[in-house]
Amino acid sequence: MAGQGEPAAPVVLAAKRVSKAFGEVPVLFSIDFDIRPGEVHAIIGENGAGKSTLIKILSGLERPTSGHVELDGAPVELPPDGQAVNLGIVVIHQELNLAEHLTVADSIFLGRELKSGPFLKLREMREGARRILETLHVHIDPDVRINTLSVADKQMIEIAKAISRDARVLIMDEPTAVLSVAETETFFEQVDRLKAKGVAIIFISHKLDEVMRLADRVTVLRDGQLIATVGTEALTPDSIAQMMVGRELSNLYPPKHEPDVDADTVLAVRNLMAPGVRDVSFALKRGEILGFAGLIGSGRTAVAEAIVGLSPLDSGEILHKGTPVRFADVSKSVAAGVAYMTKDRKGKGLLLTANLKDNLTLLTLKRHFKGPFLDDKSETRALERAVRRFDIRARDPSVRVGQLSGGNQQKLMLGKMMEAEPDIIIIDEPTRGIDVGTKQQIYHIIAALAAEGKSIIVISSEMQEVIGLAHRVVVMREGRIAGILEGAEITESEIMRYAAGIKQGGENERISA
Amino acid sequence: MSVSAPEAAASPSKGFRLDLKTAGPLLALILLVALGYALNPLFLAEGNVTNILTRSAFIGIIAVGATFVITAGGIDLSVGSMAAFIAGVMIIVMNWAVESMGVSIWTVLMGIGCSLILGIGAGFINGFLTTKAKIEAFIVTLGTMGIYRSLVTYFADGGTLSLASGAREIYRPVYYDSFLRIPYPVWVFIVVAIIGWVLMNRTAFGRYCMAIGSNEHVARYSAIKVDRVKTWTYILQGLCVSLATIIYVPRLGSASAATGVLWELEAIAAVIIGGTMLKGGFGRVGGTVIGALILTAIGNILNLTEIISNYLNGAVQGVIIVAAVYLQRGSLSARRKKAAE
Repeated sequence: MAGQGEPAAPVVLAAKRVSKAFGEVPVLFSIDFDIRPGEVHAIIGENGAGKSTLIKILSGLERPTSGHVELDGAPVELPPDGQAVNLGIVVIHQELNLAEHLTVADSIFLGRELKSGPFLKLREMREGARRILETLHVHIDPDVRINTLSVADKQMIEIAKAISRDARVLIMDEPTAVLSVAETETFFEQVDRLKAKGVAIIFISHKLDEVMRLADRVTVLRDGQLIATVGTEALTPDSIAQMMVGRELSNLYPPKHEPDVDADTVLAVRNLMAPGVRDVSFALKRGEILGFAGLIGSGRTAVAEAIVGLSPLDSGEILHKGTPVRFADVSKSVAAGVAYMTKDRKGKGLLLTANLKDNLTLLTLKRHFKGPFLDDKSETRALERAVRRFDIRARDPSVRVGQLSGGNQQKLMLGKMMEAEPDIIIIDEPTRGIDVGTKQQIYHIIAALAAEGKSIIVISSEMQEVIGLAHRVVVMREGRIAGILEGAEITESEIMRYAAGIKQGGENERISA
Repeated sequence: MSVSAPEAAASPSKGFRLDLKTAGPLLALILLVALGYALNPLFLAEGNVTNILTRSAFIGIIAVGATFVITAGGIDLSVGSMAAFIAGVMIIVMNWAVESMGVSIWTVLMGIGCSLILGIGAGFINGFLTTKAKIEAFIVTLGTMGIYRSLVTYFADGGTLSLASGAREIYRPVYYDSFLRIPYPVWVFIVVAIIGWVLMNRTAFGRYCMAIGSNEHVARYSAIKVDRVKTWTYILQGLCVSLATIIYVPRLGSASAATGVLWELEAIAAVIIGGTMLKGGFGRVGGTVIGALILTAIGNILNLTEIISNYLNGAVQGVIIVAAVYLQRGSLSARRKKAAE
């Protein structure tokens, strides 16, 4: 790509033999890294490989224990606390840093407002914001408040903010983790545009296809070691994955065991109407993995939340093992053996300030009573079981859940849900923002559960995941079911056609079956 | 994340952090006691110690209730006014009973029953308005605070409500008498503190309070009946206020618009000094008890010594509160630094 066209462009930011240890714990070992203007450089590796620490060092948020950072070829000591922005090094974190109640224009100019004397030049800032957004080809009104925007739009605001600060190096931590396919495409265009402007872009990603698509060079980290920095053209997704985990990942998806043709229908939803859901009908069989695909906001999560009683149900029928049910709240659905695992593990899934045990048993605390009191031993046993079963890795069990890697948080959340021993499991985005190795583990757990006779609904925005796991795929669009795909129909292009509204209908014949 | 190596490194830092969090308030209390003794040896005389314990009982009992409200992410500003209101109604009811039925033990029991009903009812109203009407706890309890305060002023017609002397005679021992040389109010405090500790640390209710205060969404998605648990914290708070009032009324035998003024702030201060986080998610009943003792001890030391005027009691308490929270913050940010992968 463009990066190799002008190899003479001088390195703008570099790490030279950078090592980092937290206390006694080494997390990075003598890493070399550099980036040139107009280049896209991806950093990949499993969770805990040291990616985040490396970008923290490159942006001044952490100081290397040994080695140093060079800016424009000269060693620098980057100022801490995000002051590196003034040197043109801007970081966009995974959790976007925007004040929800400010307007778009306020946010873009936050911290360097245009003023005349003590007063804000509101009109100029609004105009400035509009100009910046226009250069990005983003159509967002500078006067709307951040909390009314979608995640994708918020990210665009972050990028706009970076550009308004004349970013020379833009560092992004998993920028597409929360974006839908269409939004990701817009994001890619944005990256191309920034690249053309000569901005150096560093990004962390778990999605190998987008690394292949965007990056000029790829740096692979594993356990804090630099494995390789290679030009993308020399790589295939398989070879990257192999470098990341250090082992062959031949079977990312486990083999599918189709449920019996005459397996009972354990959950039937008929003409469901709920907030964000319009006339949805489908059936789930025993032992089946039913995929839910669609764009973000297409109503997949809304369906799940309506079923388990997290959001009110306007009309329609839910048949659980043949009997009509309407769960008033989650405790009712859990008691009936229907569990929902949220996609928002930090906001709705786990108590980040609590330890592993308290999180694991929160859903099923009533099972750990001794008389009226909690039985600590029984809870500890439950944790030991879950740690073994789901391979949850923590320094020690008393560590706060917020300190675990995303993959381990996800496995803990899975363990928490499985404590309730549900028969029907709805998993929303099972592998968002976690590494390939853990993904593989989770896929195998899901398949094993289905083989045991549990019925599983997998909601995912990663099409590969739905295709790799599901026996049938429901594609949603704007709150409705656009189509239900089976067998050989389950392909990326077919799903996309339904999700984007190019193809429609067909669902009614199939649902009646 | 490598598995074995970090273990060794993590433990010393953890030990240090536990020190600050758990032992911090206790350490402060011990220092305060030592200081008090150094300034005036009478500080540790039996009479004075009993005095401190008895006086800390009011705020302490209320603060145990406040620990649950705050842990679950709420706040109750109405407790001081509520205490005054309950005291006023208790006195009115008891005086009425004396007039119509003569003086007996039933007079006092009626007053106590009335107090319990009012406390639980007032707590329920606060809880109901915050959870069902979805009004912020700060606003709801600011409102009820004003209502109760003005009601007691109205009942007392701007003056003082005094308990009839007959009833006062029967009721007096509840505050002034002792069992095993420990005054009854202190016993009530001890029992409330123990029950509170068990409730917070050994029952699902306590765990749910922490979960809700830590993240209400997570709690809801974890099948916790958030509204019900939150309402219960306010009811518990009301019950604690009622108990505190029951032992407070016989002390002076009167209630006025000045009764229980700023108790809400002292209770909240005791909770915070004890290590409970104001934004919720982490509650320590034991710490709260120590917090209440610290606040009372400060006032007592100032009374016993001439160095600082007793009028500056509030200022010293204020400094202690701010310092306590600053120390908590310090140990938190140290932890956050270690959190990085």
